[in-house]
Amino acid sequence: MLKLEGIGVSSGIAMGKIFLLKDLISSIPSYSIKKSQIPGEIKRLKKALAKTEKEIKKIQGKVRGEFKKEARIFDVHLLIVKDKRMFEKVVQRLKKKRVNVESAFAFVAQEFISGFAQINVDYLRERRIDIEDVAKRILHNLLGLQRKSLSRLQEKRVIIAHNLSPSETASMSKDKVIAFATDMGGKTSHTAIMARALEIPAVVGLKEITSKVQNEDFIIIDGNRGLVIINPDQETLESYKEKEEHLFVVKKDLSILKDLPCQTKDGRRIKLRTNIELPQEIDHLSSYGAEGIGLYRTEFFYLNRKDLPSEEEQYHFYRKAAEKVNPYPVIIRTLDIGGDKFASSLQISSELNPFLGWRAIRFCLARPDIFKAQLRAILRASPFGNLKIMYPMISGIEELRKANNLLREAKTELKSEGKEFNDNLDIGMMIETPSAAMTADILAKEANFFSIGTNDLIQYSIAVDRVNEKTAYLYEPAHPAILRLIRNTIKASHQEKIWVEMCGEMASEPSFALLLLGLEIDALSMTPFAIPRIKKLIRQVNFQEAKEFAKTVLSLETGKEVMDYSNAFYQKKELFDEKNG
Amino acid sequence: MGKITKEFIIQNELGFHARPAALFVKTANSFQSKILVKKGKEEVDGKSIINLLTLAAAKGEKITVTAKGKDADAAIGDLKKILSEIFKG
Repeated sequence: MLKLEGIGVSSGIAMGKIFLLKDLISSIPSYSIKKSQIPGEIKRLKKALAKTEKEIKKIQGKVRGEFKKEARIFDVHLLIVKDKRMFEKVVQRLKKKRVNVESAFAFVAQEFISGFAQINVDYLRERRIDIEDVAKRILHNLLGLQRKSLSRLQEKRVIIAHNLSPSETASMSKDKVIAFATDMGGKTSHTAIMARALEIPAVVGLKEITSKVQNEDFIIIDGNRGLVIINPDQETLESYKEKEEHLFVVKKDLSILKDLPCQTKDGRRIKLRTNIELPQEIDHLSSYGAEGIGLYRTEFFYLNRKDLPSEEEQYHFYRKAAEKVNPYPVIIRTLDIGGDKFASSLQISSELNPFLGWRAIRFCLARPDIFKAQLRAILRASPFGNLKIMYPMISGIEELRKANNLLREAKTELKSEGKEFNDNLDIGMMIETPSAAMTADILAKEANFFSIGTNDLIQYSIAVDRVNEKTAYLYEPAHPAILRLIRNTIKASHQEKIWVEMCGEMASEPSFALLLLGLEIDALSMTPFAIPRIKKLIRQVNFQEAKEFAKTVLSLETGKEVMDYSNAFYQKKELFDEKNG
Repeated sequence: MGKITKEFIIQNELGFHARPAALFVKTANSFQSKILVKKGKEEVDGKSIINLLTLAAAKGEKITVTAKGKDADAAIGDLKKILSEIFKG
């Protein structure tokens, strides 16, 4: 049994067999084996080789039809798979060093590959790519499953990785993934957001979990405490099974709340909406009592594909969302690519400072072809429900105006084509840069609503990388600078009679709900499963006392003071926070 | 148990690159005899594609092929045929 501590970023408890996602060759797990395990390891190697042979033959068969000459290289690949020298060397090392077969194989393959470096004839040296190619295939098969096969998991698994990328999570078969645990990451890393969207527990920032586990290990993920337990003993296992049961009961209680209004005891109502990462998530929204979609992300259209999504394809999805959620609003955020989300079709080159670089609205304004296709699709879907458009990453009024100009062009085009759309649909923007928050009074004159994106707002304001574990401690939503920016944004918007929601992670934290209520936020948008908790809390308090609470909090000097004061207040008022439950 | 050794000069442009090596290895593997290929001081297993590729015999270089075993005669005969085909281009 081994316990590792990280950051719990999505609550809940899950247990099961792991699925290890690995970067190949350099990061092959290495562990010692008993003498009695040697025959088993050899058998695994044979199996992997046989499987690889089959795969290559299949590819060769496909290629043969079209490219006769190219197909011949696979003869070489097949011979590499069947190479007895390689096999013997691996077995020898396996026996001598008593290590697992992957590690023995990776060592031997590396030795062969580096042997090529000494060849002084170019075209002969280049043959190393054939060895590499085949070695990778064999390793994939040895490790049981491969990155690509995340979409084809056969049974429920806990995914363990160094870091999960958006394209990886996007290709996962959602019903088979029961939890995440990663070496890297913080509270707002992509892994964390995805885990909350999928309502599965996750622990990140574990530093070295990928080197501590092997495929088939059994693991407990405790998202509440930020703990993972590898191969637990019977006693630990039992106690966690009990906890899992208990959490299930709590969840059931909360679901009773779904049909009750989100209203304080003295009658202040605020709207609770959901953030959507993938279109499939719309299907279970009603079970949480959400009043619409406060953030409909559109990146999934662009990730994991080589071509661009057509206007028609997008229209279909937007229309479906509009119809399904009507009469509640669906706030569609236009493409927010860049930063840590990349699409192969968009060819955004890697930048030194991607979060400060060519992303989101900056990219869209530079590529009106892509942007307009999306705007046209949203406009065309607008008659079918209550759609709103929201621009990401606006840093000043010029960007808002430029985006609106393109929107006008799109409308003119549609008119001339005789296509219908709702001419009055609301146009809003994200407040996620400090510059936007500080000029909210200017922006509010030309937008219909704001949505405060706290994840980026925090990292840009405090100048802290939200993924870097060394600086993660600086990432403080309760930092007075952040609270002031939020207060100013809400004030400025209300002065111009526009409404403002919050769609960042902060909106889903019960510990901030009272404060945001007191700052007079109009709506909160969050991952669906957080809704009942927030609603329960709002229903327990008075708007008046929340306003006073907020006033005091805004006078405090550090984030820690804010949290301490807040915790004490929650305890005194017996406001629940089952984060540690 | 026979042992036959024969020398060859690599004559084709690309030397023992992938496809010639593949042909050689396939042929070598169809015999029971041990097949060794030597270039300079280095001697490798002629039935191993990886070994043969790392040997990196280029145009103009001399290789020595040795067959040891019951069917050594036939093996050398076939390998000679294969090599002359390869060298034809």
